[in-house]
Amino acid sequence: MKTDVVVIGAGAVGCAIARELSKYQVNVTVVDKNEDVGGDASKSNSAIIHTGYDASPGTLESQLVVAANPMYDEIVKDLDVPFKRIGAILPAFTEEQFLQLPAIKEKAFKNHVYDVEYKSGAELLAMEPNLNPEVKGGLYIPRESIIDPFILVQAMAENANANGVEFLLGAKVTDIKTENGKIKSVVTEKGEIETKYVINSAGLYCDEIAAMVGKADYKVVARKGQFYILDKNTSCQVEHIVLPIPTKITKGKLMCPTIHGNMLVGPTADDQESKVDKSTTAEGLESIAKDVRNLVPGVNLRDTITQYCGLRPNRNPEGLHFDMYDDLAGYINLSGVRSTGLTLSVAMGKYVVQQMLMHGADFVLKENFIKERKGIIKFSEQPLEVQDALIRENPLYGNVVCRCETITEAEILQAIHRPLGAKSVDAVKRRVRAGMGRCQGGFCGPKVIEILARELKVSPEKINKHNPGSYMVTGRSRG
Amino acid sequence: MYNMKYDVVVVGGGPAGLAAAVSAKEEGAEKVLIIERDNALGGILQQCIHPGFGLTRFKEELTGPEYYSRFTEKADALGVEYLLNSMVLEVNTEAKQVICTSGEYGMVCVTCGSIVLAMGCRERTRAGIVVPGTRPAGLYTAGSAQRLVNRQNIMVGKKVVILGSGDIGMIMARRMTLEGAEVVMVVELMDYLAGLTRNRVQCLDDFGIPLKLAHTITKIEGNERVTGVYVAPVDENKKPILEQEEFVPCDTVLFSVGLIPENELSKKASIAISPVTNGPIVNQHMQTSSEGVFACGNVVHVNDLVDNVSSESETAGKFAARYAMGNIPAETKTVTCKTGRNVRYICPHTISLSKEAETVDLYFRVLMPEMGAKLVAKCGDEVIAQKKEIKVNPGEMNHITVNTGKITGDLTVEVIKED
Repeated sequence: MKTDVVVIGAGAVGCAIARELSKYQVNVTVVDKNEDVGGDASKSNSAIIHTGYDASPGTLESQLVVAANPMYDEIVKDLDVPFKRIGAILPAFTEEQFLQLPAIKEKAFKNHVYDVEYKSGAELLAMEPNLNPEVKGGLYIPRESIIDPFILVQAMAENANANGVEFLLGAKVTDIKTENGKIKSVVTEKGEIETKYVINSAGLYCDEIAAMVGKADYKVVARKGQFYILDKNTSCQVEHIVLPIPTKITKGKLMCPTIHGNMLVGPTADDQESKVDKSTTAEGLESIAKDVRNLVPGVNLRDTITQYCGLRPNRNPEGLHFDMYDDLAGYINLSGVRSTGLTLSVAMGKYVVQQMLMHGADFVLKENFIKERKGIIKFSEQPLEVQDALIRENPLYGNVVCRCETITEAEILQAIHRPLGAKSVDAVKRRVRAGMGRCQGGFCGPKVIEILARELKVSPEKINKHNPGSYMVTGRSRG
Repeated sequence: MYNMKYDVVVVGGGPAGLAAAVSAKEEGAEKVLIIERDNALGGILQQCIHPGFGLTRFKEELTGPEYYSRFTEKADALGVEYLLNSMVLEVNTEAKQVICTSGEYGMVCVTCGSIVLAMGCRERTRAGIVVPGTRPAGLYTAGSAQRLVNRQNIMVGKKVVILGSGDIGMIMARRMTLEGAEVVMVVELMDYLAGLTRNRVQCLDDFGIPLKLAHTITKIEGNERVTGVYVAPVDENKKPILEQEEFVPCDTVLFSVGLIPENELSKKASIAISPVTNGPIVNQHMQTSSEGVFACGNVVHVNDLVDNVSSESETAGKFAARYAMGNIPAETKTVTCKTGRNVRYICPHTISLSKEAETVDLYFRVLMPEMGAKLVAKCGDEVIAQKKEIKVNPGEMNHITVNTGKITGDLTVEVIKED
């Protein structure tokens, strides 16, 4: 295999870079150890598009997050990604917290986030009736937004793919070969790729990739974040991202709606050695329950439909880093892409490509770049006439497979058969939400296994939940 | 949109919907339609290939498919119509309209005289009981596993731990054993069985499967597929005693931790729901808070025996037909059924009195197991019905029959401990 640029990591950042590169006449291959795009930190986070109001002023992270936020209005339209500017509130419940507000607003100002406003306790309660009535006042950050993080990554990947970017998935990088201070090739489990450039956007594993070329002057520390997702019908809801005032130790636990109308509560923040341990813990889940009640006392965690855990790729020493090296031409290293990574991905894509251009890359713009990507039509969100027309055109729209989210067989087939399509149960879930509802796949799970096996023409025991080894079933029954 | 018109529309073609449709037809409703989301009638009984159904009703031991066949045959003979692979998206209680999908017709709007809700229930998941750990493959609710094994002929795993001693869990312990899997243990949080005693004897004891009462799973391990679970005894507050935690290797965990009536449609239609049963509040005719909308079976309250579901659904069907035909006795007064000592809930929740006296079966579940119990129904201090039971337990439904002629006001059902 031969290409011009290998992007390692098909998360939000890798896919954003790939999409940006696909505007140029250059061959790009994205490689990832996972079978699906967006497989690690990009899939388990709070799904918030930040403004950067609370970043450290002057840092690269601040610049990229602040630059990224306004880009979403256009990108979600072009790529058909569910997104909503619902705004965040930062209520103060104690005198001590109240006194912190000016400093937070000043920090936002230093980050060029000028639209942060003070709100009185009464105003906040009017905005958010379920808020702890002790609220003394707070800040409103209007452009904090929510997104479907799965669809964002898939959309960027699909659009890059439509513009010629190759994806080599389920292909862990095992080595990077260099020659005379230049990148030569990337060795993966699925073969060696000759290339001029390597962009390390491997997130949690970026230190291991960097070590392959002797550039690991840092370590990735996984910071575990646990969350609850509540039923769409839960009685106590919020309409904004409700943030706690941060303490010196932690940014704290928030409550917000998801783009699909569930409530999200969390996260914890605990550093750990393991990059694979994504287990929730009794202590972690209890701490969320305790803390969120300070914000929203009526939150009903008995309406939980799932708990999950994500790992933020924190860097030690801390900070978001973009590095190019005089002694290793063609190698670009990204590290410290942490909880703001989803937000800043779209800005990072532009930043990386511009840096490449300024450092000698001779990429020529394409004339026929396809800017738009269409998502899978959501049957459940259509008006009756459209639903009627959809079924008449394709009767499989009449067959609701996932009853909780009203997902039809027609949508599941599209998830499987579109480019970079779903090969696993979780990949179907992340594309069309089958199994994402209150029964958590209890009813549709067996059907999804059957549909995947039928469509991919394999036996059911070959169907995985996510990656190899996560087989759903073990074979035929005795019958 | 395709329009249809029926006298009675039944949402759901499981045992409840089938019995309601048959009885509506028998009561005289001319056109009766069942709307079913699955590709066949029978509901969950389709995957219940074990015997044990119908002992009360038919005085014989039937399998699930045999049991519901008695109703589908009757439905066919009577001319009950049905739409399969058709999901109801909306119930309009005022206009008496039901909107559903249909691959054959597109979106369908069925206008009708009365509606019977018979959507059944779903299984509580791992998240509902908060079991910490990872999220690997190999975690199934007992019912999903049952569907895979019995309807799709697919085995879900080889070494199984079951959490919860509900009936489906115990039935699946036997099923998995017969299919060649090793069932390591059944773990139950409470210090008593959740399901029927006969299922413990026939499904666990007979196969030497250990039942660990007052234990729970404290953590699930494995990143791709389950590799095992930690199991610990719990103290009297149901808190795990972590010092006694042990690791149990397995590749599959089945959850049988309760059933939840599936009332998303009912809630959307603003039908009053009981916070205790999670089902619609109904009177003795199974009529909900919306006039002309009836509900029956596990959508109202989770039953232990399908025989009970059938009889309560027949009531719903009968009165749905009468409502559609404008033939419901005029109500003179409504009384409430109140829970007394050791009673968790009663179905029906209210009794509608009219000039015609009738007998009403009050179904209820107790809060805790008890030996030597007397079941009493009374209005004020006056006992209007009573009956003795050798023992009562939360896993088994109790019932007591009252005559509405004797009801003078709100009615209380209680369990009295007899020495």
